[in-house]
Amino acid sequence: MIKFVLILTKQGQTRLSHYYMPIELTERPTLEADVIRRILARAPGQCSFLDYEDYKIVYRRYLALYFIIGIDDDENEVATLELIHLIVETIDKYIPKVTDLDLMYNVEKMHMILDEMIMNGRVVETCKNKILAPIQLMDSQR
Amino acid sequence: MSVLQALEEKLSKMPAPIRLKDLIRNIRAARTAADERSVVQKELAQIRDLFRDEDSVYRCRNVAKVLYIHMLGYAAHFGQLECLKLIASPRFTDKRIGYLGATLLLDERHDVHLLMTNSMKNDMNHNTQYVVGLSLSCLGSICSPEMSRDLAGEVEKLLKTSNAYIKKKAALCAVRITRKVPELMEMFIPSVRSLLNDKNHGVQLTAVCLVHEMCERSPDTLLHFRKLVPNLVRILKNLIMSGYSPEHDVSGVSDPFLQVKVLQLLRVLGRKDPDASEAMNDILAQVATNTETSKNVGNAILYETVLTIMDINSESGLRVLAVNILGRFLLNNDKNIRYVALNTLLKTVQADMNAVQRHRSTILDCLKDSDISIKKRSVELCFALINASNVRTMVKELIFFLDKADPEFKSYTSSNIFTACDRYSPNKRWHIDTMMRVLTAAGNYVPDDSVSSLIQMISETGSLQAYIVQQLYKALKDDISQQPLAQVSLWCIGEFGDMLVAGVVDEEEPIQVRTYYLPALHVDSLKTKTPNYDPGMTEPLQVSEDDILDLGESLMNATSSSQVTKEYALLAMVKLSARFSPQSLERIKKIVIPYSQSMDMELQQRSVEFGALINTYNHMRAGLLERMPPMEKKDTDKVNNGELTDEQLESREISIPSTQNESKGLLDILGDGDFTAPVNNQPNKSEPMSSGGELLDLLGGLDLSAPPTVAPTIQPMGAPLNSVPNLMDGLDALQPMTTTTTATMNLMNQNTDLLGGLTNNIGAPSIPPIMAVDKDGLKVEFNFEKEGSAPHVVNITLKATNSTTNPFSSFIFQAAVPKTFQLQLMSPSGDLVPPNNSGAITQLIKVANPQNANLRMRYKFSYSTGGSTVSDQGEVNTFPANMFT
Repeated sequence: MIKFVLILTKQGQTRLSHYYMPIELTERPTLEADVIRRILARAPGQCSFLDYEDYKIVYRRYLALYFIIGIDDDENEVATLELIHLIVETIDKYIPKVTDLDLMYNVEKMHMILDEMIMNGRVVETCKNKILAPIQLMDSQR
Repeated sequence: MSVLQALEEKLSKMPAPIRLKDLIRNIRAARTAADERSVVQKELAQIRDLFRDEDSVYRCRNVAKVLYIHMLGYAAHFGQLECLKLIASPRFTDKRIGYLGATLLLDERHDVHLLMTNSMKNDMNHNTQYVVGLSLSCLGSICSPEMSRDLAGEVEKLLKTSNAYIKKKAALCAVRITRKVPELMEMFIPSVRSLLNDKNHGVQLTAVCLVHEMCERSPDTLLHFRKLVPNLVRILKNLIMSGYSPEHDVSGVSDPFLQVKVLQLLRVLGRKDPDASEAMNDILAQVATNTETSKNVGNAILYETVLTIMDINSESGLRVLAVNILGRFLLNNDKNIRYVALNTLLKTVQADMNAVQRHRSTILDCLKDSDISIKKRSVELCFALINASNVRTMVKELIFFLDKADPEFKSYTSSNIFTACDRYSPNKRWHIDTMMRVLTAAGNYVPDDSVSSLIQMISETGSLQAYIVQQLYKALKDDISQQPLAQVSLWCIGEFGDMLVAGVVDEEEPIQVRTYYLPALHVDSLKTKTPNYDPGMTEPLQVSEDDILDLGESLMNATSSSQVTKEYALLAMVKLSARFSPQSLERIKKIVIPYSQSMDMELQQRSVEFGALINTYNHMRAGLLERMPPMEKKDTDKVNNGELTDEQLESREISIPSTQNESKGLLDILGDGDFTAPVNNQPNKSEPMSSGGELLDLLGGLDLSAPPTVAPTIQPMGAPLNSVPNLMDGLDALQPMTTTTTATMNLMNQNTDLLGGLTNNIGAPSIPPIMAVDKDGLKVEFNFEKEGSAPHVVNITLKATNSTTNPFSSFIFQAAVPKTFQLQLMSPSGDLVPPNNSGAITQLIKVANPQNANLRMRYKFSYSTGGSTVSDQGEVNTFPANMFT
């Protein structure tokens, strides 16, 4: 099961966070800071998985941004890595040549994309067109 | 000009709240963290005002800002209710932000979420699919048991619609509901088959998740769904056979996410079921051979396939195929794949030890990898692979690893090496060499319990003691800062210091154990620091008494020494006073006596005791400080005093439905464990003062805390029969030092007379409660009450409380007493102990004592918390002595 999805910058700023488990507000910043610290301590060639408390962290770096997914023991790590790439491709399809700032100023759209892809900690849709259809429909109504 | 008009004017002039984009821009412009905080606080204040004014025009915009601020880590829960208002709004954009806010700000722990139930129900019946989708997605993430019951019907209806967009979301809601309230699962079962046959991949994917969840929750459903194996096989076959489909293609592989989920489900269905396994053999072979391995996605599927093959009852040919895939994974250049390979081997090591053993050398290579994640997996795997035939090579490699390991691995690795040695060591000499080697390599990261287990082992290995003490002395001389090493060495020096000075080495066991082992590992590091280090150690070491005392003294004074190490050092000195020549005694005195002024109580006490021993009881010193007898391992398997306890005790338990199993469990309590007081293992117990301490402990069992006002009314009474045997029982513990008993006996007899009278006199009116269990947040208190009519019957009221944050359910407490008693256990007030001490369970235990003996009680309890079952047992022997008088 997917426990959380985070998009963090190298400086540890949160660009997006979505938790699929109950978590206290006070624990969140600590978790995010710990995770990014551990990731930054790793060399580029090292593997994309690490253990943090009870979670397995799967991460992938895109320029200055780290896309991070926390999963439990039953989830397939390699497939999760592929999911991260799918998320990025979907975002890129929605906003071509997407940048850090685009993510920041469209944070609610990012949440909507994520909502169409992951629900209750499980993948619900993997086809990019189907994911984006409701969001594009909403944009066209404005 | 009324006030109202003025107000209206003011309101119309008020600027519209800024947009989310502008807020983000402002926050970005903030230079320092303090600036950012002030921007955020100002904005939050304004938003709060607008919320209070029930402004509905900008509510959506404001909630979006609150969500952003919440993401930055500020408290923004005041937005919860606004989200509910947005959800109730008819506009789609409002609903969109409202539901997003609800999923982010609310969760099932807040009761607020129940207020949404009605709006959500309405939205689920909305005629726009996207509104229904929003409502379902929100339900999927915040649904609580209460909400599950309210909305399960709607979800079930939506599972049957023809709209794939709605069906896939409803299926995941059903997953959540199944998890929260398993009994609601029934209503979704009929829809499953049609969901699996749907053409839409999203629906198939979520349906597979739903089946998986149901199978995990209920074994009956698992049996039922075994019929679905052919359907799942067909889905997989379609995926790998079908040509290119742009919609779900990921670098040439058709919908890997669905494939992975189906394989996971097949694993659950095929586990321990030959027929189901048989049905999936072919497709697994196809997936394993046809999947493209050059890409990451292909490996994700292969990884899952291997796990499934190893977990079900698959054909042997298939297993070989799977193990070969893992072999390829292990050699892959991509570290991710190597990590996954190690992970899989770890999961399959139980199923097929031999297959994994084949990759041992590659796994050992992974220990040298620079990547922490890979190192961690391979260390775990190495420990799983150790067996009697490879223990030497494996441990050797692991010690190499330990030498260079990061601190975070040292503790884990060293304690696991100890466990492995315990289980598989080929001989004592190797075992002890290894343990000493680990002590020097892991230094302060060695877990504390290893110190005592090593000491215990050395104490029972008589023939090697001279060799050990020499080795440890050398190691300690080399580095005095490692506490566990220092403690073990000091204990050995204290016990066997004379052997060290004499330079005797008994070589009973072949020396090649060490020559093959120690020179390779030990010497390099030591040689550089101490040039005269002799690896073969054939020459006896020349150590004088003063050398040893120098070392001890330096440890006492070293700032790096912990308090415990100093205690070990002091005791070692005291013991050496009996082993060394009389000339050294003066020096030892000089070292030890100043500690009678020490701020540390333990050191002070030992030092004072030593002073008393030399000055007053010098004739007893040699006897008291004699070498300790070999310590017995505290292993319940080896202790066999079942006969004794069977004679003494009989279980009388009438409680919760006592099935065959339970009473068997209770017999177990009685059967194992030594019921008499355990022999003391601590070296320091062999001194007179500590036996005095023992005496105090025993007296503590009596009721010394009686109010002073009662004390003067002591009357001479007959021999206080009931308290004396109690003390004599306790004396069993003091058996080893018979020399001291004569002295203390007199004292004790006096005391018991005195106290016996005292307790007899004051006991009757009330008996103080005792704490029977205090463990992991569970407290069980015994309150005593005399039954007026029968003087030898006491009602014990058991009161169980729970100080953790989780409730303890199915709490059961059972008790047994010796034969001479009669025990009656009434049914308890409930079986749920609420958390945070917010309530208690009570249970009445009636104990009759016709022969007026001392009460001892064995108990066993169990409860479940957080999904796991906790059980424990023990004995209560601190019952007030006066309870039956």
